[in-house]
Order: sequence, then C-alpha cells, then structure tokens
Amino acid sequence: MKIGTPKEVEAGENRVAMTPDSALALQKLGYECLIESGAGAKAEFSDEKYRDAGVTIVNSADELWAQSDIIAKVRIPTLDELDYLSADKTLITFFNPGGNEEGLNKAKEKGANVIAMEMVPRISRAQKMDALSSMANIAGYRGVIEASNNFGRFFTGQITAAGKVPPAKVLVVGAGVAGLAAIGTSTSLGAITYAFDVRPEVAEQVESMGAEFVYLDFEEEQQDGAATGGYASVSSPEFREAQLAKFRELAPEVDIVITTALIPNREAPELWTEDMVKAMKPGSVIVDLAAEKGGNCKLTVKDEKIVTDNGVTIVGYTDFPSRMATQASTLYATNIRHMMTDLTPEKDGQINHNMDDDVIRGATVTHQGEITFPPPPPKVAAIAAQKKEKPKELTPEEKRANEVAAFKAQTKQQVTLLVVGAAILLAIGLVAPASFMQHFIVFVLSVFIGFQVIWNVSHSLHTPLMAVTNAISSIIILGALTQIGSGGGFLVVLLAAISVFFAGINIFGGFLVTRRMLAMFQKS
Amino acid sequence: MEFGFTTAAYVVAAVLFILSLGGLSGQESAKRAVWYGIVGMALAVFATLIGPGSGLWVLSIILIAAGGVIGYLLASRVEMTQMPELVAGMHALVGLAAVFVGYNAELVMNNIQALHHAGDEAAIAALKGFSATVAHKSPVELNILKVEVFLGVFIGAVTFTGSVVAYGKLAGKLTSVAKKLPGGHLLNATAAILSVILLLVYMSTGGGWTLLVMSLLAFFIGYHLIMGIGGADMPVVVSMLNSYSGWAAAAIGFSLGNDLLIVVGALVGSSGAILSYIMCKAMNRSFISVILGGFGGTSGPAMEVEGEQIAIDADGVANALDEADSVVIVPGYGMAVAQAQQNVAELTRKLRAKGKNVRFAIHPVAGRLPGHMNVLLAEAKVPYDIVMEMDEINDDFPDTDVVIVIGSNDIVNPAAQDDPNSPIAGMPVLEVWKAKQVFVSKRGQGTGYSGIENPLFFKENTRMYYGDAKATVGELLTKID
Repeated sequence: MKIGTPKEVEAGENRVAMTPDSALALQKLGYECLIESGAGAKAEFSDEKYRDAGVTIVNSADELWAQSDIIAKVRIPTLDELDYLSADKTLITFFNPGGNEEGLNKAKEKGANVIAMEMVPRISRAQKMDALSSMANIAGYRGVIEASNNFGRFFTGQITAAGKVPPAKVLVVGAGVAGLAAIGTSTSLGAITYAFDVRPEVAEQVESMGAEFVYLDFEEEQQDGAATGGYASVSSPEFREAQLAKFRELAPEVDIVITTALIPNREAPELWTEDMVKAMKPGSVIVDLAAEKGGNCKLTVKDEKIVTDNGVTIVGYTDFPSRMATQASTLYATNIRHMMTDLTPEKDGQINHNMDDDVIRGATVTHQGEITFPPPPPKVAAIAAQKKEKPKELTPEEKRANEVAAFKAQTKQQVTLLVVGAAILLAIGLVAPASFMQHFIVFVLSVFIGFQVIWNVSHSLHTPLMAVTNAISSIIILGALTQIGSGGGFLVVLLAAISVFFAGINIFGGFLVTRRMLAMFQKS
Repeated sequence: MEFGFTTAAYVVAAVLFILSLGGLSGQESAKRAVWYGIVGMALAVFATLIGPGSGLWVLSIILIAAGGVIGYLLASRVEMTQMPELVAGMHALVGLAAVFVGYNAELVMNNIQALHHAGDEAAIAALKGFSATVAHKSPVELNILKVEVFLGVFIGAVTFTGSVVAYGKLAGKLTSVAKKLPGGHLLNATAAILSVILLLVYMSTGGGWTLLVMSLLAFFIGYHLIMGIGGADMPVVVSMLNSYSGWAAAAIGFSLGNDLLIVVGALVGSSGAILSYIMCKAMNRSFISVILGGFGGTSGPAMEVEGEQIAIDADGVANALDEADSVVIVPGYGMAVAQAQQNVAELTRKLRAKGKNVRFAIHPVAGRLPGHMNVLLAEAKVPYDIVMEMDEINDDFPDTDVVIVIGSNDIVNPAAQDDPNSPIAGMPVLEVWKAKQVFVSKRGQGTGYSGIENPLFFKENTRMYYGDAKATVGELLTKID
C-alpha cells in the first residue's frame, strides 16, 4: 500500500508528517512512500533528501491524494482536503474530533477511516504515538525560550566583576507534559523555578525536575488524576479561590509566568487574572501556552505578543511546535510511524485496522462510514495512581454521615447486648434465691467495670498488667483466711494453711515484679 | 460492728483494685497504680484477719510472711527475660489455692451435715466464720453453693496444671512443640463431659469423691490442653490462664459469699479475657483455633520462594548503619532468648548519639507474653517513646533506610499478605520489606515457629546476618563509634 504526505495547506504551518528517516522505517513495514513536492521544505527537509530515502516525489496535492491509500498529515484537514477521501483511504492526522463535527460528517460520508492523533489514549503502550505529548514537550521548551527572548535579564544568578545578577524566578502553572518540559528548560537555564498543579500527585515529578512545588493550604482532596485519564479536571470554586490567592501572593515576586493549564474539551481556565498582571514587575513576561483555548490569562491575545501598560509582555503564540518545525516534524513523523507499526502487525505493507485494539480503537474517529467518536474508555488505566498513603480526607458532610452511621451501629449493638444481658439476668433472677442474686449482681458489675477499665491499658504495659492481675488474683487468700479459723478439723486447717502460704508468695512476688518492671520504663 | 468494718474495708479495697488496673493506661500513672493495688491488698487481708470468723491468725501471719519472703526472693532474682515463666508459674499457685479452698468448702459442708444429722444444735450454734454462714443456708442455697464449689475447683484445677505446663514450656523444660496424645481434643471433650456427669452425681449424692475425681479430670484437661499449644501462641495461653485464675477466684467468692473475691476475680477474669482477645486479633486467628492448638492445615500449596539468602558480615551492616538516617529495629523472641537487649540498647544509644532516628517496631505478639518486648527494652533502658506499636510505624517503613530484624520471623513474613495459601495468611505483619534495606539477625537458616519459609529472607534488599544475636550485635558495637 502507498502512504503519502501532502504539503500542509494552513498558512504558517511549517511541520510535515513524514521525514526521510520515518520514510525509511515505513518502507521496512512494506509501504511505498509518497510526498508532495516541497512538503518538507519549511522543516528543512528538501525533496532531494526524500528522494535519497526512496520516497516518490509527487508534484501536486491532487495526485498525491489520488495515489495514496494512507495519508498522513499534521494539521486538522480542511473540508477541501476531506473531499479527496474515498472509502478505501485511511487518513492519519490531528483532527480535533470534539470540535469538528463538520469534518467528522464529511469523513463519514466519504466512508474513509480517520485516525485522530490527539485521541491516542494515555496508556503506557501508546506513549510512543502520543503526538500531543511530543508537541507539548516542544511547546514547553519553546515557551521558556520565547520568554527568555522577551526578558531583559539572565535566567541564572551570577556574581560578576560588574556586579551581582539575581536569578530569574519562573512560575510554571500546570505540570503536564508542556509544564514539565518548561520546568526542565527553565531550571537548566538556571532560573529559580516554581510549579503548580491542581493534581497533588505530580508534586513528585515536579520536584524530580528540579522545581519547587507550590502547595496550597487547602484541605479538599482533588480528584485523582488517574481517574480522569491523567488529565486535570475542573476544580471546585473554593479550591480555585485558594489557588488564586496563592498566585496573587507570588505575582509580585516572579519574573516569568508560563501557564499551561488546559482541561480537555473546555475553554482554558482563567488562572492569571488582570490584577496579578498589574502586580507584576515591569519587564516581566507571561507566556500563555493555553492561548489557543482562550488563554489562562484573559489579557492574552491569540497568536500575538502584547505589552501591557505596566510593561509586562504577554506572549500568546499558538504555533510553538511549528516554530521548531524540524524538531516537531521529526517527533511527529516518528509518532505516525509507530502508529503505522501498530496498524501493520504483519509488516506486509497491508493495513489491519483492528478495532479491538485499545489504542487503535481509541484513536479512530470514523471507520467504514460510521462515526466512532467518542471511544469507549480504555480497558487499562496505566497512569500512576495518586499515592494512597494518607487516609482519604472526607468532606465534613461525609464525615458527619459516617459518624452518624457509626453511632447508629454502635447504639444498635449496645442496645442488643443490653437487652440480651438484661434478659439473661432476669431469667436467672426468676429461679435463683435472693442471697445468690446479691452476689451475682456484684459479679456482673465487676465484669462490666473490668471490661471498661482494661481496654484503656496501653499496649506496652500488658506484661505489668498480667503481673498485677496475677498479684491481685491472690485475693483468694481471703477465702483461705476465713476457713483457717472456722474449725472443721485438721484437714481443713492444713489445706487452708497451704493456700494462705501460696497466696502469700503470689502477693509479694506479683507486686514486686510489677514495681520492678514499671520502674524500668523511662522517657528519653 | 466488726462485720460492718470488714465490708467497708472491702469496698475501699475494691475501689483501689479498680484504680490500680485503670492506672495502667500510662507509664507514669502505672507507677502510682501499683501502690493502689498493694494498699488494697494489705487492707483486704488486714480486714479479714480482724474480721469475723478468722482464727489462728498468728499462724496466718507466719504463713503470709513466709510466703512473702519466698515471693520477694523470686521477684527480685528473676531475669526480665524469664518474666513469662514467672507469671505462668504464679498462676499455678492461684489455681492450686482455689482448688484447696474449694475442697475446704466441701469438707465444711460435710461437717455441718453431720452435725445436723446428729441433732447437735449447740455445736451448730457454736460454729464460727465460714462454717456459720454455711450452716444457715437453705437447701436451694446449698445446691447453688455446690455448683459454685464444683466450678471453682474445676477452673482452679485446669489453671493449675495448665500453668505448670505453660511454665515448663516457657522455661524450656518441656518441648515448645504442640503435642497431643492420641485422641486429641476428643480426650479433652470426654473429660469435660465426664466432669459434667460428676457434677450431677455430686449434686444428687453429695459424695466428696466426685469432687476428687473431677479434679483429676480437670488436671488432665489443663495439662493436655496446654501441651497441645505451641510456643508462639504462649501470649494467648498465658493471658487465658490469667483469666481463668480470675474466674476461679470469682467462683470461690460465690461459694464463700465473699463480695471482694467476686469483684477482684471478675476484674482479673475480664482483664485476661481482653488480653487474649487482643493477642488473637494480632495474629488474625480465632480464640478457638489457638486453644485447639497448632496451626491449621493449609488450603493449598504454599507459594514457591525464589532467590537465595545472601549473608553479610558485621562490616557491611555497620557501613549501612553509618550511612542510614532512619533505622527501625524489630525485636522478637530470638532477642529475648539470646539476652541481646542490652547490646541492642547500646547500639541504639550509639546510633542516636550520631543523630540518627532510631525506633523500635513491636508486633503485638512478639515474644511469649503480651508486651514482652516492651519490658525487655525498658529493662535495657530504651526510652519508651521511641518504642512504637505496629500500627504507629507500619506506614513509615517505605521511608526507612535500614531495618534490623532481631530474632523475629513470622511477624515480618510478607507471605501473610502475598500468599493466600500461607498458614499465616491475613495475619497483620510489620512491613519491613518496604524499607530500603533489611538486615536479619538470625541464628541459622531454619524456619520460624510456624515452620513456614519466610520470603523476606530471599528478597533483594534483605541481607542475612547470621549468628547469636547477642554476639553479632556486640560485634556491631565495636564497628560503630
């Protein structure tokens, strides 16, 4: 089968979905590769290089779409491009299926299979084709570079003959792939880097990259990132308030803010408000990587760089990957190549669109004239779950409910025990004589007291407890003492005397040993 | 007047005993609590001596004094490691005393019956003390009295032989392996049923021989029951016997109509019962299964243990300790056997002096007595605030650099969590394998009491430090300064 890559039609798009290197790998899978002339030019891949790699150069887009069975491209296809499709073709591209209903319907009409690269599920096995991560990685890096470009000072602190230079302070908001890449770049440039994320479980990753995680003084448990496919979810208003308060506190201090907070299929949350921008020092830079979805800062202008009245530069570019076209194309083409490897298990150049495969199923948005978006949730969730070391914090309502339930259960248990106990007592009382009952009541009450008292004994004092109870169980001496003098013959006196003697040993031995033991317990 | 004073004294004594047990909730208050117990006991004995019905009190005082001297010598000479056998041995004394007091009650009853038959009202009127109270009982009350005496003697007898056997096992004079005569628990059951039949015979005929025969049967039950329980279950056994001695005292209290005996017996009985319950829970086993002895059959083949045990020498351990910031020591019965607690404490002091965070992790059933390890460590002057319970420390193991396991085996066995077929499956254990490095001080390659292989010893982060715990820890001391 033939796999072809057209030139991107979107203005300003420099990337290309196939590189000479990826073409070589695709050929090993048994495919024939085609490329539209000049498709790689902006990413520094000349037609010559493609030809050397055994790729057939095709002169026009019409020809390329007509000849290829599989088309790999970068940008969301235009309706014109979709017109080229037919039932036997497969298109692999970014597609934005959530916001591209028109495109979906068009592809469905044409009967083509469309694989959307942003729909690759976030599971370990699919990481090699996770194009969003590849692109986010570049965006994070480039974001810091853009910031540096617009920032008038060093990132690293220096003490030079010409004076002392303080290090720049960078705050990265959102520690996803882009955020982590930004943290890495920023720390390696020498800046003091802080990072924040609503998912507390990423604190460890942030710290491993050399940044300091900004903890909120907030009790509520955020939803486990693992439950939402590794992406952030919407936070509660209280949490948001706590977060904004923290940012307000940081705003006058930081020189550079890089916001990367995106929630899938939603407008970007506003995290860096106007008053925070006003609080920043002149010359500070904000790079809003969420500009495409409206921006984490409301002052951001999409695709533009602006300077506010108080001298803060806000960068709202959305084409960071395209600005690094060579790198971005290499990574993207590799992602595509891995996707093709999964689609070609036999390495025979024939596509096997296996809809039972989690990854392929998840990424496919139209298949044989059907829209297959959104996909069912993947069977394996392989994202590091939030650490469960700390017992889960319950909301006050839940705690209250639990307490009430526990209280009810306890009441029920106690009442049952009391009723049964009382019934037994009454039953005994019916038959037993009064003199017995007197003693029996004493007995029952004592058992009751014993149970109440002993539960409080600390664990480390169990041995002394045994020694002490042993000592006081020699109270049996009282019985022997009353018998010894009550007459009744030699045998009675003898047995009673022996008992007194034994109990005597026990009393002294037991108490002394207990005292010895307790005297040993001491605090450090 | 006199009688009233005795009763009042009993009430005060009872309150003191309750406070004495309640005071054991904390190390500091416990020191005061013992005095409550001592004063309570002194008051009770004094009140009984001057109270109604006591005679021969010169003899009584001499006997108490003699017993006191022996008790004093025993208590001051005993090694802390021998505490389990001392406690077990003293339970035997209480048990035997209960049996004798029970016999006496029977003898007194016989006497009075004889007097009734002879129509000697004057003699009956002249009776004092215990005899007098018995003489005034109605037939129904006498029957109840008989049941009480019978029960008291039975429990006392079981306690006696049981404690003697427990003493023997703990002192190493009897094998600690669970042994049963052919017939097993059927023998115990038969003996128990025979005892019930004897009770019925005793009630109807009042023959004193039934009491004697029953005692013999109870002696046998006590012996056989405890023989059938293995060494590792001794914490449960000792606290169970403790409980029994309390119930025996309570039963005798009923037969003598003495409320203080009842109160104290009930306190001791419930205390022992709770301790047994706590111990059983710590081993994730039911009380019944402990009493029935030994470990039950496994439900399938045990998990294969792969890997090998890697030995290490003192230098290696010392180096690791030198580099570690946090150290947790897990002592077990092996430390008690080797008398290594002083060396362990010295090691702790040295490491703490170097600024390391050293703590102890105590499993509830470590040792042969509830709280055994705490007492040993206290004796060696290890501060009690660095001695942690299992629940307090289990979560900290992943952050611990070095764990030293000294003479414990089953309580650190990961099979309890990993292998559903293991005999100890489900037993709460100390999760030492989660630490960065584990050293196991052990005499040899043998298995623990339960006879099962411990996968911990084969783990990659585990090193075996073979040798007698006292000697090996001593060697470590010379390497660390």
